[in-house]
Amino acid sequence: MQRSTSKGLFELFSSMRFAISLLTVLAIASVIGTVVKQNEPFNAYLNQFGPFWFPIFEKLGLYAVYNAGWFLVILAFLVLSTGLCIARQTAPMLREMRGFREHAREVSLRQFAHQAELPGGLPLGEQQARVAAYLAQQGFKARSDQREDGVLLAAKQGSASRAGYFLAHGAIVLICLGGLLDGNLPLKVQMWLGGKQTTGGNQLIADIPESARLGEDNRSYRGNVFIPEGRAANVAVVSLDDGILIQELPFTISLKKFHIDHYENGMPKRFASDIIVTDDATGESFEHTIEVNRPLEYRGVTMYQSSFDDGGSLLKIAGRNLAAGSQAPVLEIEGRVGETLQLNHPRFNYALELTGFTPFNVEDMGEGARAAEGAEGFTRHLGSGARATDDGRELRNIGPSFTFKLRDEAGQAREFKNYMLPIEQGGRWYLYTGTRATQAEAFRFLRLPVDDDGSIDTWFALRDIVFDPARRDELARRFAHTSFGDGEDTAELRKRLIETAVNTLMLFGEKGYESIGTFIEKGVPQAERERAADVFVKILQGLVWEAWQMTREQTGQAPLAIDEPRAAYLRDAIAALSDSLFYEAPLFMQLTGYEQVQASVLQVTRSPGKPLVYIGSLLLVLGVFAMLYIRERRLFVLLKHDGNGLVTLSSNRKAIDVDETFERHAAALRGLLDPAAPAPEATPRGQ
Amino acid sequence: MELAHPARSPSGVLRNRDLFDWLYALALVAGAGLALVRYGAFMDIYDDLILLLHVPVLIAIGWYWKPFRSFLAAVAGLSLASIWLYQGDLARAEQVFFLKYLISSQTAIMWMSALYFMATGAYWLGLLARSEFGEKTGSTLVWIGTAMGTAGLFARWYESYLVGPEIGHIPISNLYEVFVLFSLITALLYLYYELRYGTRRMGAFVMVVISAAVAFLLWYAFSRGAHEIQPLIPALQSYWMKVHVPTNFIGYGAFALSAMVGVAYLLVERGILASRLPAPRVLEDVMYKAIAIGFAFFTIATILGALWAAEAWGTYWQWDPKETWALIVWLNYAAWLHMRLTKGLRGTMLAWWAVVGLLVTTFAFLGVNMFLSGLHSYGNL
Ligand code: HEM
Repeated sequence: MQRSTSKGLFELFSSMRFAISLLTVLAIASVIGTVVKQNEPFNAYLNQFGPFWFPIFEKLGLYAVYNAGWFLVILAFLVLSTGLCIARQTAPMLREMRGFREHAREVSLRQFAHQAELPGGLPLGEQQARVAAYLAQQGFKARSDQREDGVLLAAKQGSASRAGYFLAHGAIVLICLGGLLDGNLPLKVQMWLGGKQTTGGNQLIADIPESARLGEDNRSYRGNVFIPEGRAANVAVVSLDDGILIQELPFTISLKKFHIDHYENGMPKRFASDIIVTDDATGESFEHTIEVNRPLEYRGVTMYQSSFDDGGSLLKIAGRNLAAGSQAPVLEIEGRVGETLQLNHPRFNYALELTGFTPFNVEDMGEGARAAEGAEGFTRHLGSGARATDDGRELRNIGPSFTFKLRDEAGQAREFKNYMLPIEQGGRWYLYTGTRATQAEAFRFLRLPVDDDGSIDTWFALRDIVFDPARRDELARRFAHTSFGDGEDTAELRKRLIETAVNTLMLFGEKGYESIGTFIEKGVPQAERERAADVFVKILQGLVWEAWQMTREQTGQAPLAIDEPRAAYLRDAIAALSDSLFYEAPLFMQLTGYEQVQASVLQVTRSPGKPLVYIGSLLLVLGVFAMLYIRERRLFVLLKHDGNGLVTLSSNRKAIDVDETFERHAAALRGLLDPAAPAPEATPRGQ
Repeated sequence: MELAHPARSPSGVLRNRDLFDWLYALALVAGAGLALVRYGAFMDIYDDLILLLHVPVLIAIGWYWKPFRSFLAAVAGLSLASIWLYQGDLARAEQVFFLKYLISSQTAIMWMSALYFMATGAYWLGLLARSEFGEKTGSTLVWIGTAMGTAGLFARWYESYLVGPEIGHIPISNLYEVFVLFSLITALLYLYYELRYGTRRMGAFVMVVISAAVAFLLWYAFSRGAHEIQPLIPALQSYWMKVHVPTNFIGYGAFALSAMVGVAYLLVERGILASRLPAPRVLEDVMYKAIAIGFAFFTIATILGALWAAEAWGTYWQWDPKETWALIVWLNYAAWLHMRLTKGLRGTMLAWWAVVGLLVTTFAFLGVNMFLSGLHSYGNL
């Protein structure tokens, strides 16, 4: 009973049907990890799946599918099944490879799908000689068996096809084992046996406890080394689950310089790190440059250019108050990327986290391709593959940018991305600042128009007046005055305009254009809305223009005359005023200076399984080609003393070329054995 | 049905050569020799090796598959003419008539596209009207289209160096270029089977998938400007790319072909076009042969990809979506081959599986780039 169960299992696991099911299951299981992004911070998953599904998916190991227990079990089954399959096939296959089956009986030969009668008439010896010569010439190995009624010539070729089976299937076992050595499993086993534990990501390396450190004797790992320019590192960070481990390296890597070269069109051309490696044991050191696709191997550890980052660039920032109506001084801030600064200001209790800096930003600032139609559109696609000069694209370096987060006392943070220099669009210049609430969103940009001096001072001055409730009346009065003069006859008009203007300022101060829109929708009949909107816009423009003149008066400058560029500035300024009400930050941070420091991220690995995998791969290729392209053929020629002979063919694969081969051999043999045929020397070779 | 019988014994291989065979071999040897002597200074040891390896491989293909000789001669002629007409000046693409309207890269690829569409029509006409003339026209058009497309890729290779010496690279580095490559390889594989099985009836089906690829290609060029030569980002600056990508596309091309033959099989089985298409056992055989060659090359391609990943990213396998989908495709066809080995599972089931296989393959080829993010950054739509 027991024996038959294990035998049954053995047969099941080593069966072809089981193999097909396994391959299919493995393929389907692999899909999961490509749908759920792998190895993200757990917080990201919590956001994505919500508090209900998050723990369930975690239990299922969906955040690291390919290291999950169940996935490894499926892989183990593949190895087991392939192994058993090999075990089961070895004896019969070897027998097949060695044997000729020259004792096959006529009845069984007559079962073959491919068989044909051969003519008799020649003496048996002569027949046998001719057939043997033919078989040898066709590349068959043959053995003969004398029997009562004649002789059987059993011939075969392409037995190496069977060797291909061992190579390919053995290779799969090798590759899986090699992959296992290089995967997470050895690390997990070490943690379990050695009592190691991961730790949180944001602490100083020196503070990381011994329990989260892996020694130099660890033979299998993959970690990242982060090195700012001019600094050195001798440990790598290994990420595991939602924590990290520290891997000690047998040497120290110092980064002299990190290079990024660009092509003319702004695409990156080369990432390279000039490093000095110093052996901790011998003190020896040497210089080397690591590039993408050009790793360095030293003391069994391979180092790759993996990515790069900011290494703590120094940023000089001017913080400008956005709180309505304040005329607070500009806040001078200095800090390094990676630092968190407390904004020491009585009005805001914000933490400023400087998160990144980029010295170049190459963007397409073109207007898009001119649509060409018909034949012209088509001929534009003829010619060389070089970029067309009039494709409407215009790649431009729009200067440095930096990113930061502002975190309020409640711990809520918004992320910002600000450009240092004004950027041109449609002939006008703006300073861009982007903001978003979460990483998943795209930045929404606010663009502040710059004045003739290239600064945003004017806009801030306008903003101070327009949004200051205390100055609403004054502004409205001046506006009415400019519109209607001082005369008695217009007193009534002025009064009504002042009222409207104050209302407009109040509305606009709430939510900009949005509140004006709502107001119109609620209070004005459909037919007159457009006109009403026009009136509001005109009044707003007049008011802001007036505010502009007020700011000039304050600084002792002459009043301006309106012209088209100034009218355009006015429109931009009002749009920015309206948008700035949704900016959700107390300050606008303007980058005023920087000193860049870059950092290189090198990946360091030790992969003991690599040789196994590589050898396995080679064997796999040899095996697959052998199985698919070496065709095993067995030809049996039964010659009889009296009467007709028989030729049959068997093959381990079914295909049309088997039929074709058989027809060819059968026809050739019939010709050879035909008593009327000429002597065998004349038979053509090859074809 | 007449099958071509290639010679088998080694001495027979040499004895059965005609004059054209020898001229062909001589031209290849001379061409490679000339390239080595004149441009050896620009090539490193890998370039030398690959050049030398090409000679016997191309000779073998041409000897085994006769029409390939004329094809290669045409491609060489067109490509050299293109280079000669350029005279090192990219602007001549707009000025010289033959460049602008025949053999600059874009124009040649347009010709390829047009010829493939026409060939598809001709094959269908031939199939439906039982017209041998239609089928023959189809095959001729595919041959010419393939020659134009291949020459177009060579011209593009040259043009990329004219754009800038540091920009020059083999044109298999982005989605646009590999779609051209895919069309060409699928067409060549088909043309081979056409002769090998002595029937042009499968052309109507195979050309459908090629036409679809070409339609995508045109859309991609016209609406996205994808045909522009771009420099290589650092991750792609590797020798492995040159071997990994073409190998991969032999796989994709063969799988696509098998799926289309699978469709033909399923139709014949239901009695649709049954009297016009080849017998089911022929279709089944082509399907198997195509999957076999696809699987073999896909195996190599995946391994080459792993070797490349080991150099560029530091790990031969890290379950990046593109890698994972390559594995899925591979396992799928491994399962298909095993299915065929077990008796009983034949025919319909295998044909369906091959058709579904194309969906899986297409996802691995295109879908991953469109829907999943990963390290394989090239060719986002
Ligand atoms: C990733 C896993 C595997 C791959 C890539 C693979 C690949 C192959 C290939 C390419 C063939 C040749 C098919 C043909 O000639 O049409 C083959 C044959 C075969 N495979 Fe697998 N195989 C795998 C797993 C297995 C497993 C798990 C088993 C056993 C349960 C198995 C049993 C066989 C057998 C018995 C043959 C026939 C060999 C012969 O008759 O020469 N294979 N395999």
